[in-house]
Amino acid sequence: MNTTPRRESLIAGAIALVLLVIMPSLNAWAPQDSLFYVSNFTINVWGKYLAYGILAISVDLLWGFTGLLSLGQALFFSLGGYMIGMHLMLMIGKLGQYKSDLPDFLVFLGHTYLPAFWAPFSSFLFAALMIFLLPMLLAKVFGYLAFRSRIKGVYFSILTQALTYGASLMFFRNDMLMGGNNGFTDFKFLLGNDVRSAATQRSLYIVTGIALLAVYFGCRWLTRTKFGLVQRAIRDSETRVLFSGYSAANYKLFVFVVAAGIAALGGALYVPQVGIINPSEMTPDKSLEAVVWVAVGGRGTLFGPVLGAVVINALKSWATRAIPDMWLILLGSMFLFVVLFLPEGLISIPARIRAFRDRRKKVSPATASAPVPNAPVS
Amino acid sequence: MTRLFSLIACVLFAISPNSFSVTPAEAVAKAVLLEDKTDEQVALIQSVAPDQALIDLLTLWKEGGIFLLEVPDHAKTPVRLDDTKDSDEKQGALLLSGQPFTDAAGKQVRLLASDLNAAETDSDLRTAMKSILDLAGLAAPDRQARLQAVETLGMGQDPTRLPALRVRLSKETDAEILSVIKEAIALTELKTEDPETIVAACRALGNLGSIRSQDALKAIAKSSGATARAAQEALRKIEQHLVTVNTWGTLFRGLSLGSVLLVAALGLAVTFGLMGVINMAHGEMIAIGAYTTYVVQCIFGPGLELSPFGLHISFPSLKATGWLYDSYFIIAIPLSFLTAALAGIALERCVIRFLYRRPLESLLATWGVSLVLQQLFRLTFGANNVQVSSPRWLSGHWTFNDVSLGWNRVFVIGFAVAIVVGVFLLLARTPLGLLIRAVMQNRSMAACMGVRTERVNLLTFGLGSGLAGLAGAFLSQIGNVGPSLGQSYIVDAFMTVVVGGVGSLFGTIFSALGIGMADQSLQQILGNPVLGKILVLAGIILFLQWRPAGLFVTRSRSLDN
Repeated sequence: MNTTPRRESLIAGAIALVLLVIMPSLNAWAPQDSLFYVSNFTINVWGKYLAYGILAISVDLLWGFTGLLSLGQALFFSLGGYMIGMHLMLMIGKLGQYKSDLPDFLVFLGHTYLPAFWAPFSSFLFAALMIFLLPMLLAKVFGYLAFRSRIKGVYFSILTQALTYGASLMFFRNDMLMGGNNGFTDFKFLLGNDVRSAATQRSLYIVTGIALLAVYFGCRWLTRTKFGLVQRAIRDSETRVLFSGYSAANYKLFVFVVAAGIAALGGALYVPQVGIINPSEMTPDKSLEAVVWVAVGGRGTLFGPVLGAVVINALKSWATRAIPDMWLILLGSMFLFVVLFLPEGLISIPARIRAFRDRRKKVSPATASAPVPNAPVS
Repeated sequence: MTRLFSLIACVLFAISPNSFSVTPAEAVAKAVLLEDKTDEQVALIQSVAPDQALIDLLTLWKEGGIFLLEVPDHAKTPVRLDDTKDSDEKQGALLLSGQPFTDAAGKQVRLLASDLNAAETDSDLRTAMKSILDLAGLAAPDRQARLQAVETLGMGQDPTRLPALRVRLSKETDAEILSVIKEAIALTELKTEDPETIVAACRALGNLGSIRSQDALKAIAKSSGATARAAQEALRKIEQHLVTVNTWGTLFRGLSLGSVLLVAALGLAVTFGLMGVINMAHGEMIAIGAYTTYVVQCIFGPGLELSPFGLHISFPSLKATGWLYDSYFIIAIPLSFLTAALAGIALERCVIRFLYRRPLESLLATWGVSLVLQQLFRLTFGANNVQVSSPRWLSGHWTFNDVSLGWNRVFVIGFAVAIVVGVFLLLARTPLGLLIRAVMQNRSMAACMGVRTERVNLLTFGLGSGLAGLAGAFLSQIGNVGPSLGQSYIVDAFMTVVVGGVGSLFGTIFSALGIGMADQSLQQILGNPVLGKILVLAGIILFLQWRPAGLFVTRSRSLDN
């Protein structure tokens, strides 16, 4: 937070270099028994973390910068995943259990032909378009309705929670023809490559990393424009923005739609790497989990959410194996701790240490309590 | 079947002169000894007047409780066993007349049930026994047994039973059984040969709105002529009756679902509506109430051993049975209020009081609390649902003109009314209520007037959480109790409060009933519970377009509310 823009770019660039160039190279070329070898598993897990990082940025763009706590980001994330999932399901071809051109679950449900809305998804381009189009359209409609009637604050959160809940109920149904309970899995090919091969996974990892970098710099640019200023003004006092003659609803709608697109992109990159998508990814709880990443990392910054997503998911990977019973308690308490004692997240720790040191250097402690700039109000 | 009956009639006629001198025990004993000669057995048991003794003996025989005893230098003797089981599992033998079966020394013979051969019955004999038992059931003193017997006879559609049913019709006084007898007679008359009787029977069934007779009527409606027309007419009437029944049933279910929502949302209406605190752990407060009920039940019943985190907590067992066990719920209600209220007070002290100015963050912090609590439930009570059995006085149901009203559902409705009235009185008529309202309207002004707002906050939050605990006690009677119990109600509860208008208890009542009714009606119309629920959610989002602040708006001049 306290880092100057140049330093922040520098750090981001260095991390990107490690994650995007060095790690994949080590995975591809280092000998398997050497100390520097990065296993396929590690690449896969990090790919997942980076996809979560994209989701976290989308949450932060809404919550940290605009003050909209959306509990619907998991919905957009999984919708993106479902769109690429539909394409991947059709690419399985006759290799499924029933040796049919149809996806297995459709055969299982007794369908003999492909439903009309499935057909265009055999084209990758169409699927790639839908990844953005569908979630953004949904966000546009829902956001229009919500912001037009000035639903804000916790009401917005509760409403997005209801939206996500309703959608997950819908996707759990078999009649939806989206795989019901089990969702999509057993993917085979992506653009002609075997999805499970190390090379494809590595490429997916690199693509995810580049996407994250692009989203990061895109949002950085957006939040530094005049638009970003209005955005933060809305967060701090929406009424004053309204009185100044800005249409807050339009600004919020735009951010909401952009964030939906970003979340969907994360989902679309996530699904081929984990190889499954089902409605349990769509629950309000998953949205809240993403909010935890942002809160722990540090909201109102762009680097914090990514940091939070990686740290918490790495912790989760470890804890669900080592102390599975305690994981939820750990997550819950961590969340409590951050909200109560560290509202600016992990990323504020260096600044806090610096402030503490400065205070000790000063003669009179009364003049030293410099408030952390950029701190969100509510 | 007809052949069998004519045969029975012949035999009956043949032996009738001496039938009055035979007691049921003698007749049955004789019949048992006849072994394979089914026709004669049937004739014998039909020859005696059907009194309670015969019913008991026949039931015993049917269930394999009569044994054929072969003792050396003794004729075969039918015996039954008494209830005096000794350490060798042996029981005393009785003759069918009830006298002890003695050996030469005059001592009662003791036998092992598993050594004996039960007197056999074949299917013809069992049919005859069943018809005797059914007919006898018509006169049974127990109301439920009589109802059962009439229903069985009606579904049997056996025209030979008509006289017996008509006799009963003239004697019966119970209104419900009377209508069932009429239904049974009409249903049986459908099987007669005479078209006019059938037409009359169809009309009667139509007027009775007999749901049971639909299948029989459909079979007749497929034929042609006057009977078919009458059957179609009757079916149409029954269809109308069904619509009425379903409508009332839906209304009742909607009302009871609305009450469940209301009970679950009322606590939230206090914490969220009045205090403005988003408590995502509200669902877990409900679960605390439900688990308290479970623990109380276990203390009254078999006791309970819990071992969270390697600790061993063991609750003593009162080993209560009967009415004492059934009264556990009375104790559980206040206790679940108390435990949840205490948990709420602890939550307020430790977390929420730091976040009154940051509502979004109280949402997040309480979500963390809810995660922790859920996992604690899982570690303490196991990941599976626990069994909470309803007390007997909550597990029956009234059937009213084919609409079935479960007692627990009726109770929930009554209970919701009681809580609403209680909360209303508390807020409107007590000094504490006055303080609560003052602090909620303007916290700093109330503080200036000398109100100890900290304490009022604490008590208000305790009240809201306690109400959630009460909701938990009730939900344990109508649904599963598991670690994620709260999660299944939290979204609905928030929706209810938001639709009703935050800060308005009356709004919460209206919206709970409205959402309950809409949910149940949509389920009925669409025939799909999930689709109904989705439509309700969509409806709520659209409703908020029209009234963004809910049904009842609390007006204020503040800009940011």
